Amino acid sequence: MKYPLYEHARDQLRLPSDRPIDSVSISNLEADDLSAGDIGVRAEALLAQAVAAEAEGFHQLAANLRRAAELTKVPDEEILEIYEALRPGRVTPEALEALAHQIEERYGASLNAAFLREASIANRA
Amino acid sequence: MISEWPEAGLIVVDGPSDPTPSLVVEDRRVVELDGRPESEFDAIDTFIANHAIDVDVAAETAALSSAELAQKLFDPHCPASEVRRLFGGLTPARLVEVIWQLDVLEMMLALRKMRLRHQTANQAHVTNRRDHPALLAADSAEAGRRGFAEVETTVGVAPLAPFNALAVLVGSQVGRPGVLTQAAVEESVNLRLALKGLVSYAETLSVYGSAEAFRDGDDTPWSKAFLASAYAARGVKVRFTSGSGSEVLMGHSGGHSMLYLESRCLLMVKGAGSQGVQNGAISCIALPLSLPAGIRSVLAENLMAASLGLEVASGNDALASHCDIRKTAKLMLQFLPGTDFITSGYSVMPRGDNLFGGGNFDTNSLDAWTSLQRDFQVDGGITPVAETDASAVRERAARAIQAVYEELGFPAISDMEVEVAVSGFDSDDLPARSQAADAEAAENFFRSGQTVLDVARALQKHGYTPEAEALLALIRQRAAGDYLQPASILVEHENDLVAHSAINTPHHYRGPGTGYRVEGERWKALKTIPHAWVPQEIGRPEQPDRLFRDKGLAENLGDSDTSSGSEVVVAVGPAMGESLVATLAELSHRDVLHEILQGIATEGAKARILRIRDTADCAFIGHRGAQLSGSGVAIGLQSRGTAVIHRQDLAPLDNLELLSQSPNLTLESYRALGRNAARYAQGRSVEPIPVRVDNTARLKHIVRTTLYHRREVEAVVCDAEPVEVEIIARNSAHEHTQQTLSDGKTS
Repeated sequence: MKYPLYEHARDQLRLPSDRPIDSVSISNLEADDLSAGDIGVRAEALLAQAVAAEAEGFHQLAANLRRAAELTKVPDEEILEIYEALRPGRVTPEALEALAHQIEERYGASLNAAFLREASIANRA
Repeated sequence: MISEWPEAGLIVVDGPSDPTPSLVVEDRRVVELDGRPESEFDAIDTFIANHAIDVDVAAETAALSSAELAQKLFDPHCPASEVRRLFGGLTPARLVEVIWQLDVLEMMLALRKMRLRHQTANQAHVTNRRDHPALLAADSAEAGRRGFAEVETTVGVAPLAPFNALAVLVGSQVGRPGVLTQAAVEESVNLRLALKGLVSYAETLSVYGSAEAFRDGDDTPWSKAFLASAYAARGVKVRFTSGSGSEVLMGHSGGHSMLYLESRCLLMVKGAGSQGVQNGAISCIALPLSLPAGIRSVLAENLMAASLGLEVASGNDALASHCDIRKTAKLMLQFLPGTDFITSGYSVMPRGDNLFGGGNFDTNSLDAWTSLQRDFQVDGGITPVAETDASAVRERAARAIQAVYEELGFPAISDMEVEVAVSGFDSDDLPARSQAADAEAAENFFRSGQTVLDVARALQKHGYTPEAEALLALIRQRAAGDYLQPASILVEHENDLVAHSAINTPHHYRGPGTGYRVEGERWKALKTIPHAWVPQEIGRPEQPDRLFRDKGLAENLGDSDTSSGSEVVVAVGPAMGESLVATLAELSHRDVLHEILQGIATEGAKARILRIRDTADCAFIGHRGAQLSGSGVAIGLQSRGTAVIHRQDLAPLDNLELLSQSPNLTLESYRALGRNAARYAQGRSVEPIPVRVDNTARLKHIVRTTLYHRREVEAVVCDAEPVEVEIIARNSAHEHTQQTLSDGKTS
């Protein structure tokens, strides 16, 4: 997908609710046919953005976007829980490992799981 | 100002604890970083080693000396992308060593080249001490209309965060669809606001260059990086915050220099995968500015960030100095090269309402800012806006948020509140409003399932269709994720929005004539400042006041009293009483002549008025008059009010008295001029006219002087002889004018 996706790949873009991006319209707004599930971004778009970033040499941003793509599947509450767990002195390495295992198993978030394990090792050092 | 205290970290570079640069890579793994083996890495070292250093380019970078790398950074022929690639192999200490090879001017040129986005932009701060929704909306609308690409708000009272975010979102879209907004509040609150679609970017992710300061900030590099991914997962743009001075302020410099610690921050920011950073000391700006090379070092921070491929919002938000000269001089280091966001928050409202403790530049400096853009032909990211236009969007925004509050059942915003929000100076002018009621409603809104869609629906229902459409366009942009790329802003495009970023609109600078140039429509917009006058209108008579009636050519007056020794000729400029009717001091020609004639009469002399037609020069007007004066003495009077007393036997550029600063002349001056001229004509002793000397007169009046003189020159008729004229009495002048006008009509 060519950047900007909105201009070049609009027909392929979908909302988190899996509806086409153009569903976000005044007519659907008036028909009360839009909901919170339509707000956000899907993993496919983030992965395409990661490719665009990588191509221009923004490697770390690309890695971040790939982690983000995984996190689209993780519920908000769990996201906040993981963030809290990563802050200094909050949880034991074992608890962090458990979280890593959990997101890997439940959401296939292996990049983030590796990231959590890395943090766990660094925190111990 | 203080002198350096290196051990305490009060030094911008070369701190006593700063390491010597080193990098050892084994099996694509960093095993030594700036003199420290892997076993001794602190959390920041580990994070940088794992994520920020490009091990594949490290050997290539290591083979180049710091001077060579600095040369590549500076050289316009070395593309920015090549610099970014090579700088991927730099450690924090090496990055400082390279950057510090450049002096301030070289850094400015390098910063221009390294800026990620083609066109510069700016970020606004919008807050007020009362957290008033109508005022927040009105100020955000004005920010949007003035071209700010991003608007940042925060709260005075924490529970009001959802309402402040809402007001800024709605208001900004009234000003210009596509403005990105954020609320600087606690991270989890901010994330929830983002999920509701009330904010579209976050800038609250602060990092520090020492592990101790990081711990006091209650985060780790991994928690911040995870947060960045979490925001991206919800389609929210993220910019980290760093900046020198924070570590030493927190007591954790460890004897390191400010720039070295900032270099660690920036590599961490890059490693986290942030698309950008706001740096340049930010809220600590006054601290580096108290030290030698402080401003150079702050510029070096911005340049380091850009060289690492980060979007830069380059500070200039917090008060930098009490001294306007230093403050402005410091601004120029980012303003002239241009950064992705020249300020990290320009206070669109008066400084007193800025809850960021900011307001280095505020609403009162807007005219100065837009004048500087016009002076330098440089784009500082603020579009000049006419007062009427600003008022119109302020009103619409305040009404729009009023409608949203009504529709969603929030505490009502009265018409009175709207009116004051539109036209008041600051939040002190607003009528009382219950913050308790707002806070309760904000809490309920925060906990409810209501989102930006309910806001859009309310706007649509109340006739704010373009604003509703703008909110929907932001949701669509979020689904595309385009504004997650480096240095993104959203711009209007074919009744929709499109992202401009380092990916599709990168800055390509390769020397003169290349890169972003302020020209075409943008230059037209930037030079059209509302406080510039139309020169053709300056000095144009508002009402016709016919002053003279011609009596015939001066040289044909055979029977006039030219033999009398007491005649004074008053020789006036060709435009007098015609295309100009008053002097630069705004004295009407009629009044001025009345005083001169009275002065002459007081001394018992006679006067004759001649219009000189073939010159606009004061000396020549006087000299010409003197040749035709019975006494040989004449007053030369230019239409702009400059006057001279001349005598037949003097060289043209000589004179008896010269009143050169016409803006300072009063009617009394002209009466004295008449008296003195008469006394010269009579051969009596003369006390020169006292004149007030004003060194600012040239500054204040040079434009009007030029324009008045142009009128005088335009009235010159080559080789035309002087004409004797008489003054038409005031009341009959009116009739005469009427006559002239109606004659014009019938003919």
